[in-house]
Amino acid sequence: MANLISMLEQKEVRTDHPKFQVGDTLRVFFKIKEGDKERVQVFEGVLIGERGAANRKAITVRKISFSCGVERIFPLYSPRVEKIEVAQSGHVRRAKLYYLRDLRGKKARIRERE
Amino acid sequence: MKMGLMATKVGMTQVFLDDGVRVPVTVLKLEPNVVVSKKVSEKDGYTALQLGTGMIRQSLVNKAKKGLFAKANTEPRRHLREFRVDPAKMDTHELGSQIGLELLEGVTSLDVSGISKGKGFAGVMKRHNFAGFPGSHGTHEYFRHGGSIGMRAKPGKVLKGKRMAGQMGNETVTVQNLRVIRVMPEENLVLLRGAVPGSKGKIVEIYPSTRKPKALPGVGGQALEEGSKNPMKASKAGSKGKPAAAAAPKKK
Repeated sequence: MANLISMLEQKEVRTDHPKFQVGDTLRVFFKIKEGDKERVQVFEGVLIGERGAANRKAITVRKISFSCGVERIFPLYSPRVEKIEVAQSGHVRRAKLYYLRDLRGKKARIRERE
Repeated sequence: MKMGLMATKVGMTQVFLDDGVRVPVTVLKLEPNVVVSKKVSEKDGYTALQLGTGMIRQSLVNKAKKGLFAKANTEPRRHLREFRVDPAKMDTHELGSQIGLELLEGVTSLDVSGISKGKGFAGVMKRHNFAGFPGSHGTHEYFRHGGSIGMRAKPGKVLKGKRMAGQMGNETVTVQNLRVIRVMPEENLVLLRGAVPGSKGKIVEIYPSTRKPKALPGVGGQALEEGSKNPMKASKAGSKGKPAAAAAPKKK
């Protein structure tokens, strides 16, 4: 029974996303519907957390937009996520980077991963 | 009532529709239902098909049941249910034949009946959503009570149907109009939008819905375009506005 559920969930997992970790800077290409038209919006920011497994997986991406912190949560395997690019890989020691919310500018930098 | 089938509740998960809408779904496994016997009006006073599903060990079947299954020339089944059928349609299904997903062809929504999870003897807060009493300001040993249950010498009794504590759950519940999101014939699975009574692994009865399919973003539905016929009804005006608003960004 439980296998059937996980089978269904695994079916929706897409394999076209690159490998990335928390701390990486990602570019998420997200399809947005405006009336009839559909366009792709790029959201670039630091991956500060992941939650969920299989097709329920979602990522939280944070960026500073005009000196205002913006976080977006993307369902990773949604058909509306066109693609994801890794702009920069970062070295962090935690799974959730919520501390970044309290930091600004130079302090909010993340060391690059080799 | 239209004829129904037995299915097993597998559990819940979520799926994406093509346009990215996430839908919570209940997964039902629909193993073939076998026509075990037929009830006819001459003999039984009504017409119905008795269906069976699920395998069972021979040793668990008593002689009476063995005879029943032998007549239909099928292996014994664990679950038996009767479904009322029009006398005219009784001949469409042979004794011993299997009914499966094909009964759901062209069906957009289902009514699902099952036995809800038992909650035991529950108080009024859990059972009837009473508010209880304040946690402080002098409340003493009365936090989860229901309060007064009646008046005084007149009427001098507690009115019938007064909501009180008692058994909650473990009763037959029907959920109407659950949208069919996906049908997977190879795996005998049906994905319905929303929740279904009962725990995982239990048998539920599914019927083609008697109701109009509800509007659902990403799936659509007839109700999408229609509102209430009565323009004066404020409650209906809201319900009309909502699906229209939900559909609007799509249509423009």
